Amino acid sequence: MTLDLIQFLIFATLLLALAWPLGHYMARVFTGEAQFLAPVENALLRLAGEGRPQPQRWQAYALSLLAFNAAGFALLFLMLRFQNVLPLNPQGFDALSAHLAFNAAISFVTNTNWQSYGGETTLSNLSQMLGLTTQNFVSAASGAAVAAAVARGFAAKQTRVLGNFWVDLTRTTLYILLPASLVLALVLVALGLPQTLAGSFDATTLEGAQQSIALGPVASQVAIKQLGTNGGGFFNVNSAHPFENPNALSNLLTTISILLIPVAFCFTYGRLVGDRRQGGALFAAMAVLFLVGFGAIYGAERLGNPLHAGLIDPTAGNMEGKEVRFGIFASTLWAAATTAASNGSVNAMLDSFTPLGGLVAMLNIQLGEVVFGGVGVGLTGMLLFVILTVFLAGLMVGRTPEYLGKKIEAKEIKLAALTLLVMPLGILVLASLAIATGNAQSSVQDAGPHGLSELLYAYTSATGNNGSAFAGFTANTPWHNACLGIAMLLGRFGYIIPILAIAGSLSAKRPAAETAGTFPTHGPLFVTLLLATILIVGALTFLPVLALGPIAEHVSILAGQSF
Amino acid sequence: MTSYFRPALVLLGAFSLLTGAAYPLAVTGVAQAVLPFQANGSPVLKDGAVIGAALIGQSFAAETYFHGRPSATAAADPQDPAKTVESPYNAANSTGSNLGPSSAALKQAITERVAALGGGAQPADLVTASGSGLDPHISPQAALVQIGRVAAARGLAEERVRQLVQAQVEPPLLGVLGEPRVNVLALNLALDRLAR
Repeated sequence: MTLDLIQFLIFATLLLALAWPLGHYMARVFTGEAQFLAPVENALLRLAGEGRPQPQRWQAYALSLLAFNAAGFALLFLMLRFQNVLPLNPQGFDALSAHLAFNAAISFVTNTNWQSYGGETTLSNLSQMLGLTTQNFVSAASGAAVAAAVARGFAAKQTRVLGNFWVDLTRTTLYILLPASLVLALVLVALGLPQTLAGSFDATTLEGAQQSIALGPVASQVAIKQLGTNGGGFFNVNSAHPFENPNALSNLLTTISILLIPVAFCFTYGRLVGDRRQGGALFAAMAVLFLVGFGAIYGAERLGNPLHAGLIDPTAGNMEGKEVRFGIFASTLWAAATTAASNGSVNAMLDSFTPLGGLVAMLNIQLGEVVFGGVGVGLTGMLLFVILTVFLAGLMVGRTPEYLGKKIEAKEIKLAALTLLVMPLGILVLASLAIATGNAQSSVQDAGPHGLSELLYAYTSATGNNGSAFAGFTANTPWHNACLGIAMLLGRFGYIIPILAIAGSLSAKRPAAETAGTFPTHGPLFVTLLLATILIVGALTFLPVLALGPIAEHVSILAGQSF
Repeated sequence: MTSYFRPALVLLGAFSLLTGAAYPLAVTGVAQAVLPFQANGSPVLKDGAVIGAALIGQSFAAETYFHGRPSATAAADPQDPAKTVESPYNAANSTGSNLGPSSAALKQAITERVAALGGGAQPADLVTASGSGLDPHISPQAALVQIGRVAAARGLAEERVRQLVQAQVEPPLLGVLGEPRVNVLALNLALDRLAR
């Protein structure tokens, strides 16, 4: 216990010590102050026909993003469909089926990295690198661009423009993601991650058996999948695989990398809107939710599984699906971070977590991926809740709600309320459809309430653009590949487009001066109201179905019932 | 509308080359030049032959060796490629059991493993499948409970084997980070050296 607390403090201290300066640096990237890569940047933009980039209104910004993501989808889809005839395929893997390629391409373009397949048995090195690694970078950069545009729009003084998407995309990739990934990848190789173009090597074990050991360009992909909140691993079991995550130090660094940029974005935001307290309030709300979530998962896994009492020495906790080198603490901290931050990588199998541990992981996503959330989009998701909170607070005292001096009016509230429908649509409606058509029953692995949890987790993960899984669920079927693909699109663009529209609307407004009657959107009172809004919306939407899944499973286990 | 095509296509192409080719190839080049052992999968050699990877577990079933954790990995059935057969520590296809906490199959499997070890409350890692199916480690407790069996099978004094295990325990980094653990392959290699 004490050692675990010390481990947590080391993790939190390092995370904040890195995220604080990074947040300020990122603000300099988005304001254009950072210039040391200007030659590369300008050459790329000139080639793109954007040599003199014009600031865009929200519609043009959104269309640019959609055009870029559509092109990315098309390229990746074709690459996966034809990987059998493309080079760098040392193991001679087949082309992906149409529905699997559709799902995988959407998955990586939307920064979800849901994987309906096992990496080492399905994808060539070319697909992993040129296909997936590229999208790992640019999907994260797209999210970061949205956050920068939204911050500019919120702070704008009647300019109506949000910045230029192509510039934000290019600068995020060049100044933030590439340098950070290069450094992390090389450190990870030093810690044991393979980085080679070979596909596998053979060993004759001590007992004389043949062991074929898969490897490849692992470190370069792991670095960006952690930093870009992507989460798609090189191997089927992701960061539980010893080649993705061999020891305590690699685990500490990659856990920090999950949260690093999303945490830094809170500080970036404060700088971009010219009031650091605003970023601090968002950080505080996110940190509270994170700590509560982590504490709950940790406690549940530490207590272990009552069904196995008497068989297993209780001191070790629930070790099914976990690795010895990580144990309970590092496995649960990762689970909390990866579901909070919309990353989706795992270092332990979430399907085998206790019912309550799995519930919290699921709920972290269902709250809308706002607990730090994905790169950029976590911050903007939280801003949607901020708008709803100032509206509710305004109703309570009978004043027109304001945020950063801008009046929040019917248009903004309608758009923000629209996004509240995304999660229930993607999760509850699509999962119900799968049950009604019998597609759920044929894909779940476990009987009883845990089967529902597996289905629910799949659609939760897709809609939240998370990508982690209760991996017993068989997702690689035409039905689920298609529906999960739709859920990912809905969860990505169902948030991005409304928040850009809100930013566009606010960018046209004149900020009013702060008066004695202004409701401050920082400080403990506001943070409490914000937390209440998030939890009430999340609980009202998902408690009923959680009661049928993980909560029912929990009480069954307490009663000694297995399925 | 067409004004969006050029930047979309050009930047997608440029970033594919930069982040999808130049970046992984640059990391590969540096890694192969500076850190070739790690970059090529930390292979373990014995008498010049590759006998495994230092970071990847392998299957041990003989009485004379320490056993690793249960592994849920599978392989294609040689008789019928559409089906799979159990193939513990298949390092070409990592997977956990993914059995849920209320699974009767999981309880059954754990009960059988515990019975095979002689009953009682066994160390958790020794009777549960790892996440990767390739976990190279067991807990020190899981090594200690196997000492009697290994010592008897090899005709060694238990104390001798116990000392060997204790020398192989890797403590947490700086005393706090990670968990104490024993690399099963390293332990068994040390055991073979002891016998010579």
